[in-house]
Amino acid sequence: MSGFEAAAVISGIGQSAVGRRLGRDGLELTIDAALEAIADAGLTVADIDGLSTYPGGTGVYPGFSGPGTPAVQDALRLELNWHSGGMEGPAQVQAVVNAVMAVSAGLARHVLVYRTVTESTAQGTGRRPGIGAGTPIASGAQQWTTPFRLLSAANHLAMYTQRHMHEFGTTSEQMAQIALNARRNAALNPKAVFTAPLTLEDYLDSRMISTPFRLYDCDIPVDGSTAVIVSAAEHARDVDHPVARIEAVGTALRGRPSWEMWDDLTTMPARSAAAHMWSRTDLRPADVDVAQLYDGFSWLAMSWLEALGFCGHGESGPFIEGGGRIALDGPLPLNTAGGQLSGGRLHGYGFLHEAVLQLRGEAGERQVPGRPEVAAVGNGGGPLAGCLLLTRSA
Amino acid sequence: MPTTEELSGFFWTSGRDGVLRLLGCDACGYLIHPPVGYCPACQGRETSPTPVSGRGTLYSFTVNHQPWDGVGDLYVIGLVELEEQPEVRLLTNVVGVDPSDVRVGMPVEVVFEDHDPVFLPLFRPVAA
Repeated sequence: MSGFEAAAVISGIGQSAVGRRLGRDGLELTIDAALEAIADAGLTVADIDGLSTYPGGTGVYPGFSGPGTPAVQDALRLELNWHSGGMEGPAQVQAVVNAVMAVSAGLARHVLVYRTVTESTAQGTGRRPGIGAGTPIASGAQQWTTPFRLLSAANHLAMYTQRHMHEFGTTSEQMAQIALNARRNAALNPKAVFTAPLTLEDYLDSRMISTPFRLYDCDIPVDGSTAVIVSAAEHARDVDHPVARIEAVGTALRGRPSWEMWDDLTTMPARSAAAHMWSRTDLRPADVDVAQLYDGFSWLAMSWLEALGFCGHGESGPFIEGGGRIALDGPLPLNTAGGQLSGGRLHGYGFLHEAVLQLRGEAGERQVPGRPEVAAVGNGGGPLAGCLLLTRSA
Repeated sequence: MPTTEELSGFFWTSGRDGVLRLLGCDACGYLIHPPVGYCPACQGRETSPTPVSGRGTLYSFTVNHQPWDGVGDLYVIGLVELEEQPEVRLLTNVVGVDPSDVRVGMPVEVVFEDHDPVFLPLFRPVAA
């Protein structure tokens, strides 16, 4: 670790209640998470001088964005030296990367980073309509998709998966292991939304969404907020628990940032971000003790496994076959809180929270044995990708 | 329906005469899609709608089952690599074939769906 990342640590974490249709305001959930994270970091609200979020307060669709930084700043009456919220960048973890940069640059000392979703409550008891469905005239980027009734990221990513299956012989039975592993781990997470046992037969019998994606390949919208405190590294000694160091960030995007024009749809820009991350550290994939990889759709986690070099390009199917390698007691425990497939779509930040918990040895029943020291966090799918390599302080 | 008010307008109305057109660089012929008035291959700034064959290969596809728009029919969304420049992948619907018979790698050709003034470029398998 020699880059700007060395200047910052994740000193505290917090998370609100997580669940389906909590019926609570996004700002309330955010405050719950923030206060927990601030206390965990051994700080008070007055110590926070930076604020960072993804995607900011711009509603893409209801419940997606959570409160923007002005609402949180005002609610907590923060006095800020630096603040940032937005969604154009290296996926959801960009808010963490930005915070690390701000601390490294000396613009802030303790940055509150948060991600809040209220998609479940926003959706109510109905289905979320397709993106762009019902729009009479499609313009901008949507003109290339909605006229052909591509109305969900599921459709886009199904085509990535189909191509992967075509080129490498990846099977639905293999892909199922991502969902089954998530469900097994979710059963050990008190906050997970789906905990009932799930079998391969249940998976294969579930209704088709967009071939080859079945229902259990798709994550589940929830309400919840996650917060972390990114602090100047010196603060680590003032905290009464291990902190997560940021060994390296991966922010690269090399190629056309397009769902369909990306050069090789058996890969994603995760490929760029992961290569960039490894270029910034002497650690290697074999050093990673626990992996928290985005599973908005099951195949995304497989793509991240390949991108991060835990297996070769095209080899994720055989790699996860049977589920043993990615199980809690396997060589590479994956999505130990149940991922977004069974834990709920905290949109990237559930993975971050869980990675820190695991490094601190505080993951309860689902704690990975052997005191994990290195955690990989991958966020994003399609043309979005960002990743972090975290290590535990002594 | 797509807008016809943007730089892409020609693309959506092109099928009136049964011909698919993409924006081409006047200097080097590179097809720029989605249309932008700058050629990433040669930095040229002069561009024109350029006729293409309408033939290509199905790079990937999905059969949609989920009724996002409330209709509830099965339909095929595909990505077609154009014969002239395979890195141009057109997102489209694959028609004229039972969804269960669609395969990656199928040769396909354009067929326009008339929504005058828009002619949606869909693709169907090339008859063997």
